[in-house]
Amino acid sequence: MHHYCGVDIGASSAKLVIIDGNGRIVGRALRRSGVDYAETAARCLSEALAAAGLKQEDLSGSLSTGYGRDNVAWAQGKMTEIACHGRGAYHHLRKRMTVVDIGAQDSKVIHLDDRGRRTGFKMNRKCAAGTGAFLEEIAMRLDIPLGELNGLAERSTKETTLGSFCTVFAATEVLAKIRAGEKAEDIVKGAFRSVARRILEMDTVDAPLVVTGGVVAHNPILATMIAQSFGKETLICPEPQYAGAFGAALFALEKET
Amino acid sequence: MGPAELLRALGFNVYFPENHGAMLGATRMATDLIPLANARGFSPDICSYLTSDIGSYIKGASPLQKMNLPGPPKADVLVFNTNQCRDVKDWFQFYAREWNVPCLGIHTPRAISELSDSMVEDVTRQTEALVEPLEKVAGTKLDTARLRETVGLSKQCTELWKQVLEAAANVPSPITFFDGTIQMGPAVVLRGTPDAVDYYRTLVAELKQRVSDGVPAVEGERFRIYWEGMPIWGKLSALSAQFAELKACVVASTYCNSWVFEALDPADPFRSMARAYSSIFICRSDDYKEKYIEQMAARYKVNGILYHDSKTCPNNSNCRYEMPQRLQKKLGKPFLIVNGDLNDLRLYSEEQTRTNIEAFVEQLAEA
Repeated sequence: MHHYCGVDIGASSAKLVIIDGNGRIVGRALRRSGVDYAETAARCLSEALAAAGLKQEDLSGSLSTGYGRDNVAWAQGKMTEIACHGRGAYHHLRKRMTVVDIGAQDSKVIHLDDRGRRTGFKMNRKCAAGTGAFLEEIAMRLDIPLGELNGLAERSTKETTLGSFCTVFAATEVLAKIRAGEKAEDIVKGAFRSVARRILEMDTVDAPLVVTGGVVAHNPILATMIAQSFGKETLICPEPQYAGAFGAALFALEKET
Repeated sequence: MGPAELLRALGFNVYFPENHGAMLGATRMATDLIPLANARGFSPDICSYLTSDIGSYIKGASPLQKMNLPGPPKADVLVFNTNQCRDVKDWFQFYAREWNVPCLGIHTPRAISELSDSMVEDVTRQTEALVEPLEKVAGTKLDTARLRETVGLSKQCTELWKQVLEAAANVPSPITFFDGTIQMGPAVVLRGTPDAVDYYRTLVAELKQRVSDGVPAVEGERFRIYWEGMPIWGKLSALSAQFAELKACVVASTYCNSWVFEALDPADPFRSMARAYSSIFICRSDDYKEKYIEQMAARYKVNGILYHDSKTCPNNSNCRYEMPQRLQKKLGKPFLIVNGDLNDLRLYSEEQTRTNIEAFVEQLAEA
C-alpha cells in the first residue's frame, strides 16, 4: 500500500497528515509552528509516522502548504493553503461549495465548482479582523484562556456589539464594555459575531458553505454565526484543523497516481 | 500629466516630481521618508508619491544623490494638471509655498465617459491661458514653430512607445509589465525631445529582433496576465521574479499605456494637447475604463487580470466599484485583487501577496 504525506505549516500551528492510497488518514500530528519550521515539520513527520507504524521511506509522495511551505525541504511539491483547504474540504462533499477557512493570521473564501475546480478566492486584507489573531487579542484583554472562549459564548444570553473594524479599536471597545459592567460571555459572543461579519464582507456566496481551520475546530459557535450571516447551509469540515494538510496529502496522491 | 511640450517650447528644463516619487518607491527610500511628511501634517492616507517626495525634501535625501546629483532642483514655476488627481496640485502648491514661486495649472474634468468638444475647448483655453504667465517666468515669448516641433517629437515618442508595449501582444511576449515600468522613463520625462525618440527606436528594433528570434521575457510562458493599477515600486524585482518562477508573464498594463498620447498633432498643438491629456485612462469614467480593459484583455490574449488596490491612490485603483466582478462576468476570466501601495510598503504584506499570486496561478492552471 502506498502512503502520502501533506504538511501544513500555518502561522500558528503545523499540521501533518499521512493518508493511504484510498485517501484514508492513517497518521497525523499537530504542533505549534514555532520559529524553526523545518524542525517542526520533521517532528510532526516523526510523530505521524510512528502513529501510522510507517517509516519515511514508505511514503510515495509528499507536499507542503501554508506560510512555511518553502521551509520543508523533504516535501516533493508545494501548493498554497488556498488550493489545499479547497481540496481537503471538497474530498468530503464532492459538490459545488464555498470553503471558508479561518486561520490564525488570515481568512480565505474559496469557491469550488462541482468538480472541485477553483472558480475564485479571496483572502482577507492586511488586517487581523476576521482571523484567529483577533480572538487571541480579545481573549488576552479579558484574561480568558483561548480554549474557554467557545463555552463562554455558548452561555451568553445577551450579545455585545463590537462595531470597530480594527482589532486595536475593537480591543479598546472591549475595555469600555468591561468598564460598563458587561459580562465576559456577552463580550466574547460579540467578538465571534465580529469575526463572522468580517467574513461576510469578503465575498458574495451562492453555494453551501464548508468551514475549515483551527479557529472553527476549537470554536464551532463561529460556524453557526457564519451560517446566520450568509443565510446558507453551513457545515464544519470533518477534522477542520487538518483540512489543509489533508488536501496537501491528496494532491501528493494525485500527483503520484 | 502634461502639457510638458509647452514648457519645453518655452525653454524650461522640465523636472517631474512624480518620477522622483517613483524613484523613491523603487529604491525603497519612501517608507522611511513618508513618516516625515506625515508628522508635518500630510496624512498617511493621501498619495504616497506626495508624502515620499515631501519627506525627501524635508530630509534632503534623494536617490538622485546616488547619481552624484545634488537632488531635486528648486523650481522657478510649478505647473500641474489635475487630470490624474487633485493630489498633484496639493503637492506642487507645497513647493510653491516653500519657494515662493508661482503654481499654475490646468483643471481637467474627471470621470469622463465621452470626451466632448466643450471639454476639449475648456482645457484648450486653460492651456492657452498658461502661456502669458509662463512667458513672464521664462523671460521669452512662445515660439509657435518650436511648440509644433516639440509636439511632433512627443507624437513620435508616443507612437514608438506604443509599439514597444504592443510587442507584448506576441506569444510568447518579449517584454513584461515590470520591464515596461522601467522602459517608460523616457516617455514620462523626455517626451518632446529627440533623445526619447532615439531611445525607443533602439528599443523597438531590439524587441522586433526578440520576437523574430522567439526570445521570451518569461522562459516557458504558460500564462498571460494583465496588471491593472499602479506598480508596487519597491517590489518590482521580487514580483517580477515570482511571476517568472511561476512561468506567468504580466504582459500588459493600463499604467504603462497611460503614456500613450495618440491625439497629439503638431498642426494643432494646443487643442491636440488638450485632447491628449484629457483622454488618459485615469480621468475617465468606469464605463470607459471597463471597455478599455476589455479590449486590452483581448488584444494581449490574457488569462486573467490582477488589480492592484493601492491604498493611497484611490484615483488609480480600479477595483473599488465592482469592476473586477463585472469584467469577470463579461470576459469569463478570473481576477485577483492585491492590496498594497505604490510607495508605502507599510501597507503591503509580502506573505499575503506571494500566496495570493501563487494561488491565482494555481487557479489559472486548473481552468
